[in-house]
Amino acid sequence: MGLKRNVGLLEGLRYQGKGPMLTFILHRISGLSMVTFIGLHILASFLMKQAFSSTAGIYINQIYENWIFQVYIFFCVLFHSINGLRIVILDFWPKLIEHQREAIWLEWCIFLPLFGLAAYLLVLNGLGA
Amino acid sequence: MSTRPAPKIGLHFDYFMWLFTRLSALAMYALAIVGAIGALWMGARTSMQLPDLMRWAFMPESTHVRSTNVTDLLAWRTLFWQIMGSLVVMLASAHGLHGVLSILEDYLSGPRLRRALRLLVLVVWIAICAIGIYVILTF
Repeated sequence: MGLKRNVGLLEGLRYQGKGPMLTFILHRISGLSMVTFIGLHILASFLMKQAFSSTAGIYINQIYENWIFQVYIFFCVLFHSINGLRIVILDFWPKLIEHQREAIWLEWCIFLPLFGLAAYLLVLNGLGA
Repeated sequence: MSTRPAPKIGLHFDYFMWLFTRLSALAMYALAIVGAIGALWMGARTSMQLPDLMRWAFMPESTHVRSTNVTDLLAWRTLFWQIMGSLVVMLASAHGLHGVLSILEDYLSGPRLRRALRLLVLVVWIAICAIGIYVILTF
């Protein structure tokens, strides 16, 4: 019952939307990841607080608090928030849409150092420094 | 094969949710800035690393500073921070679940299915708010 499309999967993968397409895809992936994993984290924390000490909750949170997973969650949160701010600004001031590609470059210039520093520190702590 | 009808122009539910998504993003930025300033006020500059500060700004919940050098955890779970955390849970889950809904509606159509999905998302939102606020208030 999906919307009718005349583009196949292979053709779709070959579509080269470049910067805007990449941010669109990453925005969706990071948003879905956050709903899934932070939702599970809230649920696991709830289970851990119950009298029937839940091992499922403990295991889920052990995976969630692992440094590798933390790097992924930091990527999702930081990218989604910075890209989201770009979307909000461009939606509320539609005249700026002309400069969308420059806005995406600016976004990466803000995102990469922030995420790089946080990820570096997370990895450093994770490797047991 | 039914396709989604073109959106109406004017004030209606979809427009309000479009606006809510953007305004809640700005509100979460405001909450994160207040969280970061509050943490720095309470001495995060010397007791926390950047990732811990970011985690706290994203979600001001006292267990998020357990792994840092903060000694007095009680200062991080006052009524103010519990209200801040509850606001983050409610805003972020509404924003996120509406995002899931709009992704699903890109692939699924049919008016009855859409109504059912919206109802499901509303129920999940109320449940996750109740669970999240419970976790914040009990420690």
